[in-house]
Amino acid sequence: MPVDARQATAYRFEPVVVTTARERLAFFAKATGQRDPVYRDLAAANAAGHPDLPIPPSFYFSLELEQPDPFGWLTALGIDLRRVLHGEQSFRYHAMAYAGDTLTLHPRIVDVAVKKGGALELLTKQTAVTRGDELIAEAVSVIVVRHPEAGA
Amino acid sequence: MTAPSRAGLAGAPRAGLEAGAELPPLTLEPISRTTLALFAGASGDHNPIHIDLDVARSAGLDDVFAHGMLSMAYLGRLLTGWVPQQRLRSWRVRFAAVTPVHGRPTCTGRVVSVTDGLATIELAVTLPDGTVTLTGDAVVDLS
Repeated sequence: MPVDARQATAYRFEPVVVTTARERLAFFAKATGQRDPVYRDLAAANAAGHPDLPIPPSFYFSLELEQPDPFGWLTALGIDLRRVLHGEQSFRYHAMAYAGDTLTLHPRIVDVAVKKGGALELLTKQTAVTRGDELIAEAVSVIVVRHPEAGA
Repeated sequence: MTAPSRAGLAGAPRAGLEAGAELPPLTLEPISRTTLALFAGASGDHNPIHIDLDVARSAGLDDVFAHGMLSMAYLGRLLTGWVPQQRLRSWRVRFAAVTPVHGRPTCTGRVVSVTDGLATIELAVTLPDGTVTLTGDAVVDLS
């Protein structure tokens, strides 16, 4: 079933408020084989001038998943998670953020494009990350929804 | 366990950095099912297609495959191994091909331009058979 572009761009996401524990960032470092102690050890982070473990550059994507049903918006739009691929991801950074910071994420769908005669749909989701009034980062995800039966 | 190659001080950017300079590449261990399970938990992406063979097969796949964001996290290691993270202004990737379980990614980066103290780095993740799984670029502040 094709995605209703008007419904998608009108979809209202609840802001996600998240505080990341130091231990969680150390776990992320372990899972990604990161051996740089700045990302694992508070003393090393402090010695490098950071007040706590830094949120690593791709972890801004993970922040948005910190909610009870992170893929609920896909379900609400009638999209089968098994048909979804991550097409593109980008980040723009304005300031560093750290373990213990309370960050708020503001996602919205900004574009729906149909490709290959309807066999692929591309949803572009843009998320601003703020700490209080300060813009920390912006993340943009392009989600690919496969409709193989619709292809020419 | 073999130590992965890691950007050290020798690879740190310095004045006079020019287009064509290459970042020290980062070659990973083959991605195990354990790594996928740990990354699912650590990244918060619990999509079962990456960790549950039954679900992968129900979607018509032969096996699970790695999260694209795992490879992007490896590229992040390549970048922050080269410059402190606060110098990273922006980066973007396109996920060009899936990485099968047991795939062994290598992350590479090459400076394509330096303008007004900002270096643009062309990025790629490749598998040993030549498959390019991610392409992208990053902008790094050298000033």
